[in-house]
Amino acid sequence: MSDTPVNPVNDLLRLERMPHIWCGGCGIGTSVNCFARAVAKAEIDHEHLHVVSGIGCTGRVAGYVNVDSFHTTHGRAIPFATGLSLSRPDSKVVVYSGDGDLTAIGGNHLIHAARRNIDMTVICVNNFTYGMTGGQVTPTTPYSAKASTTPYGNYEHTFNLPNLADACGAQFVARWTVYHVRQLTRSMTKALKTKGFSFIEVIAPCPTLYQRRNKLGDGVMALQYYKDQSTIQNGADTADVGLSFQSDIVVGEFVERDNLTFMEGYEKRMKEILGDGFVPYKGAK
Amino acid sequence: MKADPTAVASGMHFIDGNEACGEGAIAAGCRFVAGYPITPSTEVVEQISRRFPKIGGMFIQMEDEIASSICFQGAVWAGLKAMTVSSGPGISLMMEHVGLAAITECPSVFVNVQRGGPSTGLPTLPAQQDVMQARWGSHGDYEVIAVAPSSPQECFDHVITCFNFAEKYRCPVFFMMDETVGHMLGKVKIPPADEIELVERVYTKRPPGEYLPYKIYEGDQPEMVRVGMGHRIHSTGLTHDERGYPEMNWQAQDKMVRRLCSKINDHVDEISIAQSDEVEGSDVTIVSYGITSRVVAYAVDLVRKQGLKVGRVRLVTLWPFNEKLIKDVAQNTKAIIVAEMNLGQMVHEVERVVAGKVPVHLIDHAGGAMLELDTIIEKIKEVAS
Repeated sequence: MSDTPVNPVNDLLRLERMPHIWCGGCGIGTSVNCFARAVAKAEIDHEHLHVVSGIGCTGRVAGYVNVDSFHTTHGRAIPFATGLSLSRPDSKVVVYSGDGDLTAIGGNHLIHAARRNIDMTVICVNNFTYGMTGGQVTPTTPYSAKASTTPYGNYEHTFNLPNLADACGAQFVARWTVYHVRQLTRSMTKALKTKGFSFIEVIAPCPTLYQRRNKLGDGVMALQYYKDQSTIQNGADTADVGLSFQSDIVVGEFVERDNLTFMEGYEKRMKEILGDGFVPYKGAK
Repeated sequence: MKADPTAVASGMHFIDGNEACGEGAIAAGCRFVAGYPITPSTEVVEQISRRFPKIGGMFIQMEDEIASSICFQGAVWAGLKAMTVSSGPGISLMMEHVGLAAITECPSVFVNVQRGGPSTGLPTLPAQQDVMQARWGSHGDYEVIAVAPSSPQECFDHVITCFNFAEKYRCPVFFMMDETVGHMLGKVKIPPADEIELVERVYTKRPPGEYLPYKIYEGDQPEMVRVGMGHRIHSTGLTHDERGYPEMNWQAQDKMVRRLCSKINDHVDEISIAQSDEVEGSDVTIVSYGITSRVVAYAVDLVRKQGLKVGRVRLVTLWPFNEKLIKDVAQNTKAIIVAEMNLGQMVHEVERVVAGKVPVHLIDHAGGAMLELDTIIEKIKEVAS
């Protein structure tokens, strides 16, 4: 046996699939590093952790984590995870995907899973663009930022994701950048331990497309920007944390709630109405 | 494996096809249903939503059909038997996840209570216009199984057939009901649970490290797995290798897609369900399916009494298409009529297989009402004379 120290995140990765597809300076890998540490900190048994992704660069996360994992269709990770989570109440289901996947094509599912308070953690890596398809505009691309389909700069209003998740009833909402690795790990740990729907927005650079097209430099320059212009405001009103092009970034843990989950609400209602006639759903247990 | 006696509503019932379908799914062991309201299928999920809380099932009404059609696949990978239910516009939205079920080999049942289309079309009226959609609706090459019931009793019996096919062949299975059969009241006999044969899902016995989710160890199906068994599986809608990992080249594509098709097409004889009578030596044979076969049966009985030599074939399974059956028919009759509640869909399959050996005629209908008895009788007489 060699004495070479083992990277603590290796345990969660499918090392045979390395190298991954992500570009140099991309923030997705950093977020996965934080996630691996959070899974360890939350002491989640890997047999009871299931990761579901949609399509896109972040959508590839499911393929790199060494747990039962599902790479589904574009935008539909959340409804797949809904069926899985309800049917495996003893497991933790994590949806790991990008801003385009989760908030554009999958936006309807995001708001309804939060509203229903399905027991799952959604990690949304927001790099402000569709990376896999070449850098098109997304619902989070800031006003005036260039994308391949907004060559003259974006002219649409953008989503404030923490505010969206908050308004829809998420139990835990946080935002960090990939500069804030320790804070992000801590919030991911908290999200994994949250009962019900938790949502973390991870601001991450896409040097190949978003950064380059907007002349923002490489991944290191993005981290410098995150360092210089992020302010930690735990408990901030999510209505006030919207982003604009190269603006200050409010980061922190914004929302913590303890409402009935979908399953708790279902069981409570059915027990009230059906009494002993109610047979709870145990899923596949 | 037998059905669960605590859940099956054994006895004689006077119910419609939609309710019978719901009861059949329960008898089949389905305990997770995701759906979205749509006429004329809604009574199926209404029945399920009443019954499931009393038998330990879970119904969830999703935000749309796209969500429904993947939500239940999450439950399948968790280890459940599950389905979704819809009609034309909803089924159109579900097509991407028909493809996902095909490529991930997820045992999936899609119930389609057909109505007239295209688009919103005729929400409250019947059609058989989705036959080709069931076969070809999602992009890419893949195979499905489709079953068409013609009575409330068959809505019960054959939704169980669909679940059994789904487990055995690990593919999307369509239950092709229609508005008429869905809303038709009839006597439905639900047998005792111990008389209902179910195909149990067989999970791999191979230990973690010695199992690959898409490797063929025996036969032509990979061995099924569910989450939490320790195998750390990966499932993807991308073209994949035996490990389930993405593999972007033509060789992997060729191997995977050909197997997705051959695992169905090599078993047509086992899958195919059809009824035929008096085909041999007939002047004309009429081919139909679903609710249309009921009118056809009556028409054939009437013209036979008038002395005409008419054969009859009813397809219960529509896909995979039973080419051998239709070839045999063409050998033994002088002409074929296909009767269907669309402007000609299955007739293309029949024509392709018959390949000019005998004339093939069509009785079509644009949807919205059953085929008229007189229309069928007239056509039979015209072709037989």
